[in-house]
Amino acid sequence: MKACIVLANGMAFEGESFGAAGTRVGEVVFNTGMVGYEETLTDPSYYGQIITQTYPLIGNYGVNGQDAESARIWAFGYIVRQQCEEPSNFRCKETIGQFLKDNGIIGVCGVDTRRITRILREAGVMNGAVTTEYESAAAALADEALMARIRAYAVADAVESVSTRNMETFNEGGAYHVALFDFGYKRNILRSLVQRGCRVTVVPAATTAAELSALGLDGIMLSNGPGDPAENTAIIENLKEITHMGLPVFGICLGHQLTALAHGAKTEKLKYGHRGVNQPVTDFARDRTFITSQNHGYAVTAGTVDPALAQVSHVNANDGTVEGIRYKGIPCFTVQFHPEACGGPRDTAYLFDEFVAMMAERKKGGH
Amino acid sequence: MPKDPSIKKVLVIGSGPIIIGQAAEFDYSGTQACRALKSEGIEVVLVNSNPATIMTDPDIADHVYVEPMTVEVLERVIEQEKPDSILPNLGGQMGLNLAMELYRSGYLEKAGVRLLGCKPDTIDRAEDRQLFKDTMEKLGQPCIPSKVVEHLEDAVAFAGQIGYPVIVRPAFTMGGTGGGICENEEQLREIGTNGLRLSPIHQVLIEKGIAGWKEIEYEVMRDGKGNVITVCNMENFDPVGVHTGDSIVVAPSQTLSDKEYQMLRTAALDIITELGIEGGCNCQFALKPDSFEYAVIEVNPRVSRSSALASKATGYPIAKVATKIAIGYSLDEIPNDVTGQTCACFEPALDYCVVKFPKWPFDKFVYAKKDLGTQMMATGEVMAIAPTFEHAMMKAVSSIELGLDCMSMPSVEALSDGEVVEKLSVCDADRSFVVYEALKRGVDYDTIYEKTKIDKWFLAKLHNLAKTELMLRWYGQHPETELPRALYVQAKRQGYMDKTILRFIGRDALPFPPLVAGFKMVDTCAAEFNAKTPYFYSSFDEENEAAQFIAAHKTDRRKVLVFGSGPIRIGQGIEFDYCSVHCTWVLKKYGCEAVIVNNNPETVSTDFDTGDRLYFDPLTPESVDHIIATEQPWACVVQFGGQTAIKLTKHLQEKGVKILGTGADAIDEAEDRERFDELLERCGIPRPKGLTVFTTEEALEAGKTLGYPVLLRPSYVLGGQNMIIAYNDADVKEYMAIITSHVDMDNPVLVDKYLMGTECEVDAICDGEDFLIPGMMEHIERAGIHSGDSISVYPPYNLKQKLQATIIDYTGRLARALNVVGLMNIQFVVYNNEVYIIEVNPRSSRTVPYISKVTGVPMVELAVRCMLGEKLRDMGYGTGLYPTGDYVAVKVPVFSFSKLHNVDTQLGPEMKSTGEVLGIARNFEDALLKGLIGAGYQMRKPTPGKCVVLTVKDSDKQELTDIAWAFKDMGYKLYGTAGTADHLAKNMIACSHVRKLSEERPNLRDLLESGLVDYVVSTSSKGRIPSLDSVQLRRKAVELSVPCLTAIDTARVLVRCLRSQHTLRDVELLDIAKIL
Repeated sequence: MKACIVLANGMAFEGESFGAAGTRVGEVVFNTGMVGYEETLTDPSYYGQIITQTYPLIGNYGVNGQDAESARIWAFGYIVRQQCEEPSNFRCKETIGQFLKDNGIIGVCGVDTRRITRILREAGVMNGAVTTEYESAAAALADEALMARIRAYAVADAVESVSTRNMETFNEGGAYHVALFDFGYKRNILRSLVQRGCRVTVVPAATTAAELSALGLDGIMLSNGPGDPAENTAIIENLKEITHMGLPVFGICLGHQLTALAHGAKTEKLKYGHRGVNQPVTDFARDRTFITSQNHGYAVTAGTVDPALAQVSHVNANDGTVEGIRYKGIPCFTVQFHPEACGGPRDTAYLFDEFVAMMAERKKGGH
Repeated sequence: MPKDPSIKKVLVIGSGPIIIGQAAEFDYSGTQACRALKSEGIEVVLVNSNPATIMTDPDIADHVYVEPMTVEVLERVIEQEKPDSILPNLGGQMGLNLAMELYRSGYLEKAGVRLLGCKPDTIDRAEDRQLFKDTMEKLGQPCIPSKVVEHLEDAVAFAGQIGYPVIVRPAFTMGGTGGGICENEEQLREIGTNGLRLSPIHQVLIEKGIAGWKEIEYEVMRDGKGNVITVCNMENFDPVGVHTGDSIVVAPSQTLSDKEYQMLRTAALDIITELGIEGGCNCQFALKPDSFEYAVIEVNPRVSRSSALASKATGYPIAKVATKIAIGYSLDEIPNDVTGQTCACFEPALDYCVVKFPKWPFDKFVYAKKDLGTQMMATGEVMAIAPTFEHAMMKAVSSIELGLDCMSMPSVEALSDGEVVEKLSVCDADRSFVVYEALKRGVDYDTIYEKTKIDKWFLAKLHNLAKTELMLRWYGQHPETELPRALYVQAKRQGYMDKTILRFIGRDALPFPPLVAGFKMVDTCAAEFNAKTPYFYSSFDEENEAAQFIAAHKTDRRKVLVFGSGPIRIGQGIEFDYCSVHCTWVLKKYGCEAVIVNNNPETVSTDFDTGDRLYFDPLTPESVDHIIATEQPWACVVQFGGQTAIKLTKHLQEKGVKILGTGADAIDEAEDRERFDELLERCGIPRPKGLTVFTTEEALEAGKTLGYPVLLRPSYVLGGQNMIIAYNDADVKEYMAIITSHVDMDNPVLVDKYLMGTECEVDAICDGEDFLIPGMMEHIERAGIHSGDSISVYPPYNLKQKLQATIIDYTGRLARALNVVGLMNIQFVVYNNEVYIIEVNPRSSRTVPYISKVTGVPMVELAVRCMLGEKLRDMGYGTGLYPTGDYVAVKVPVFSFSKLHNVDTQLGPEMKSTGEVLGIARNFEDALLKGLIGAGYQMRKPTPGKCVVLTVKDSDKQELTDIAWAFKDMGYKLYGTAGTADHLAKNMIACSHVRKLSEERPNLRDLLESGLVDYVVSTSSKGRIPSLDSVQLRRKAVELSVPCLTAIDTARVLVRCLRSQHTLRDVELLDIAKIL
C-alpha cells in the first residue's frame, strides 16, 4: 500500500505503508540513533511527533517487548528508509511493521530519509502528516483541508495525555523512597532507581507538595516528557514548592526544563532539537565530556539561569546549549540529556548514583 | 588540556613492507600522524623501510630514514636525530613491537625518549595473553576459557581439559600468523609447534573454540582526561572463527538491539579506560547468538586495519585524532573537520550501510588452500557505501575485481544442488557466493544457518538480491513480456548495474531511460549538521548532494577526475596509491580541481582531504559514468591507478571523455600483441620471438615452433598474473587448463621464447617529444623472475655503457612512436649482448615511488605537468638519462608465504611478493645489506653444527659450485639431494647426501626440523603443484622460518653479503630528505 508524507512547507514524498492505515498529523522530527527504535517509539516524549529515522535500516532485530520504555507507542507516525521484514535476533517477537499495526501507528518506508532530515535541518522541525489515504503525494498536497490541519497543528496537553492518573509503588522493600513524577517517564528511569535499591512511587504529573509530604519520601525524581515545557504552568508552580521540600531532587529532560522555569529561567525551542544517542555533553565539575542520549526540542535558554539560584553544570560540547543545572541552597540537580539511556550510551548513569548518595547523605544526617 | 609544549621532535615508526595482515592502512595512519604533528609545529623523524609509501616523502616528514626496521637501526636513528618522543601506535604491530623492544631494553629511558600515546604497561596488558586475561578478570569482562602455554605438552594437556576444538593464537604476531583451529590432538601438535616457533616470545594461547558466535568489533578512543568515545562498531558477516581481515564486515552492526549494542560498547569503553590508552583502540567481541553472553576476543591497543576501515566508514579521522591526543589534546578540544562546527568528542551517526569485502590472492595462487580460518590471508580489501546492505554488497562485489557483476559466481553456478549444499560447510573464500547460490536455489535459512552460522539477517538480505536476480532472469526467458519499471528501479536500488540487468533479461536496451545516480555525503552526523567535507557515495535517489555541492563551490579551475587503483593485491600495491595521491596533489598545485574516485579504505587517496572531492564508489564503467555525469570533468587521469584505472580507458574513450596524457590507442597498441609487434618492427627494436594462441593445441604448436622453454601469459595482465615458464608440453597443457578456467578467453594467450638474460627496467617521463629517464634499474635475478619479485638495483651495477645507451635509445623511440605523454615503464632483457624488449606499460609503475625518492626527480609531478601541456625541457630536469646520483638503491621484494598454505615459494614469471623494502647507501654492498635485512633475511653466521641445504635443477648446477664453495668456506656443512651432492662432489666440494622428503626417513624433513639448517637453496624446473617434492621442501622451510632461496642469483648476492664485513652497526644511516 502506498503511503505519503506531507510537510507544512508544501513538500510531499511517496513511500510504502508498513504500519496502520489512516492519516495522522504531527510535528515531524528526526532521530539519528542507529539502534534502539523500540525504545524510541515507546518513549512518551515523542508524543505528538512523527519520527524520521536517519539510519536507513530499521527493524533489523525486530521488536521484543522487553525493551519498550512504556506500554505503547507514543509517537504519531514513523518514517524509515527500509523496514526489515525478516528480522533476526534471539529476543525478536514480531516485526517492526506488526508492532506499528498493533499500536495503530502509521509507518512509511521506502523514502529518502536523509533528504527529509536535511529539509528539517535547514528549515527547522515542521508540522506534517503521514497518510495512507491519498493516491499520490500530489493528491495529498492538493487537499486544502489536510494542509490546513497540518498548518494549524500544535502539540497541546502533552504531559496530561501521557501521565498516569494513579500512584503506583515499585520495589516496596527499597531503602530510599523516591517519588517519580510521571511527565511521560521512561521505564529505565524507574529501573535505574530500583536497581540502586530505591522504593519508587510513580506519581501523576499534577501531584502537589502537600500530597508528596504524606508519602514519607527520601527523594524526588522529575521525569522526561513531551511538549512545550512552558505550557505546564500549574506543574511549574507546584515545583517551586516541591524543590524546596528539603528532599534531594533529580530532574531529567522535561523535569530539567520545568525546574529551571520554576526558578525563573526561560526555555526556547531549538531549530531541530537533539534527538539521538551521540550528543557530547561537558560536565564542568568532572572536567569530562560524555556521550549522551538525548531527545528534546526545547532547551533552557543560556543566560536566563539566575546565578544567585543556580549554576549551569553541563553544556552541549557541539552547540553550547544548557545541558545541566545545579541549584544553590537546595539539594537539586537536573540534566537535559538522558542518563537512563535506552536507547543510547550508559556513560552518565553515575548521576543516579549521585542522586542515591544524596539521599543516603540526608538519611545519615538524621532526617 | 592543550598541547604538551615539551614535545618538539617526534620519531614516528612506520610499519615496513606490505605483508598480509599489515598493508596500506598504516601508510594512511602514519601519513595522517606525520601531518598532524607537523601542523602543530613538531619536527618529525620517520623510519620506514617501505619506499612505496607516502609517509616516506620528504614533504610529509622532516627527516626520512628508509632503513631496515630493527632495534639497532632505531637506536642509531635516535642517537643521530635526538627526538624527545616516539609515536609507536600508528605503525601497526611492527612499529609497536619495535618501540616495546626499545623500551624493555631500557634504551628509551637511557636516551631520555618517551613513548607517546601508550604506556608499555598498557601494551603488555593488551598483548601478553596472561596479563590480558588478568586485566579482563579484574574488570569483570568475560574471556574465552584459555591458557597461555610455552610448551606443546601443556597445550595438549589443557586442550584435553577443555575439549576440542581449540584455537591456537601465538602471542605478538600480526594477522594471527601461525594460529589455527585444531579439531584434534594431531592438529594441535602441528599448529601448536608452529605457533610457538613464530611467536617472538615463544608463547601461544590455547583457547576454547566458540565457532558460530557473532563477531563484533568496536573502535574506541580515549584522551588523557579520560574522555571516551566509540567511533564505530562493526559486525562480521562470518561468525567467530574466520579472521576479521578475511571476513566480510558491515558497519554499523545490524543484528544487535540497543541492549546488546550498549552492553558491548560499555565493555569496550571500560577496557580502554582500564588499559589507560590515550589514542585509538580496537576491541573484538564474540557474542552468543541466543543470549547476552559474550567474550572479549582481542584488544589492539593501537590504530589498526579496522580503524582505517572505521575512519573511512564514518568520516572520522582516527589516526589524526589519535595523534593529537598523543601530544596532549583532549577530544573536546579537537575540532571535527567534517562538520567544521562540532568537536571530535562525539560518536559518528551513519545514515548508510558500509560493507567491506576482502581481496584474496587466490586468483593468482591457484593451488593455495582457500580455506579461511584464524590466520588472515587477504592482501587488501574494498569498502562500499550505500543506503542499504544489498546495494553496498553489490558495490563491493563489483569492486573486488573478480570479474563479477553480481553475486552469481560462474564456478559456483555450475555446481549441482547437492554440491552447493555440501559446499556450504566449507568455509573458504567463495563461501558468500555459495550461500547466495543456495538461496537462489531455494535452500532454506535454517539449513544454511546450520552449516554456516551466518546470521539469518544476512541470509535474508542476500535472498533479496537472489529474488531480484531470479525475477530479472524470468524476463530473460519471456522475451515477449516487457520489463516493468518498478522491478528495474528495485534492482537498481539493490545495486544491479544496467549491464547486468540487460544480461539477465537478455535484451540490448531498456524500454525506458536508465536511472542516473545521485550522490549522498558522508558527514559523520547523519545530516544533523551542515558538513563541509566533500566525501560522496552514489545512490539511486532523486537528490544529488554532490551536484549541489559543486554548484555551491563553483570555481574556474579545470576539473580532473583521478581514478585510484582499487584493492591492494599482489602486483598492484600501495605504489599506485602513492602515484594517484601525488597526481592529485600536483593537479591541485597546478590550478586544477582534482576529484578522486577509489574504493579502498586502507589508502591515503581515500582520505577526504586529499583531493577536492572524493567519491567512494566502484571503479566500474557504469559507476564511473554516473560520477562523470555529475562532475562534468574537463578530463580524466587513468595512468596512475594501475591496471584498475587503465581498464577504464577504452570505455572513457568511447564515451568521449578526455583522457589526460597518453591516449587510449597507445595503451591498446602496447597491450595488443599484434599491434605491439608491428610497433616494434616500425621502431626497429627486437623482442623475444612470440606467438598468439587461443587453444591448447595452438599453444603446443607454438611451443614447438619457438622451442622450449617458452613463457605463457594471457594478454592484458598486471603483476604477471597467470604467467609461467613452460619447459615442455606437459607444462603447456597444465597451464592452458588453468588459464581457461580463470580468464575470459576473448583475450588470447601469448607464447614467447624465454631468454634467460639480465633484466633491466626504466621508468620514463615523456611529453610527446622529449623523454626523461630518472634512473635505470638492473635486476639481480635473470629474466624469468617477475620484475616485482626481483631484487632491483639503481643505478645498474653491471650493465655496459653501450647497452645502457641502447636502452635509452629504445626508450626514446618507443616514447615517440606511442606518443606517450606522462609515464611509461619498459622492461628489457639483455641476452648475449643484445637488448630485447619484454614489455612496455604506458602508465605509472611499481618503481616510480622509489626511483623518485632516490633520484630526487618528482616523477609524478613532471608527468602530470607534461599531461597538462608543459614541456620537459622547460622543467629544469633535462631530458634523456638523468645524471646518476651518489647513492645506490636496492629494492628487495618481501613475501607473505607464511600466511598462505600450499603456495610454492619458488620465484617465477608470476609475481608473488606482497611488498618491498629499499636499501640505500653510498655503495652496492651496504645498500644490498640494508635491503636484505630490511626484507627480513637474517644474516646468520655459521656456528658449530649449522648447515646449508642445496638442491637445484640441472641448469643451475654449474653456477651453484661457487655459491656452495662460499658457504663451505664460511664454515657451513653442506647437505644436498642426490643430484646436487653428486655434482658438487665432482667439483671437489664435500657435500653430504640427504634424502628427499618423499624418500625414506630420516630425510630432509628431519634435517630441517633439527633446527640446524641456516639456509636452503632450492630451485626446480617444475613448481606450483603442492604435492611435488620440491614444493613441499620449500613450504617446510617457510613453516620453519628457514630462509629459502629459490633463484640462484639471489643466493649469489646473499652469499656476497654474508661474506662482506659490514653489519647494520657500521653502515651509514641516511636521511633521504637531506641527501637530495
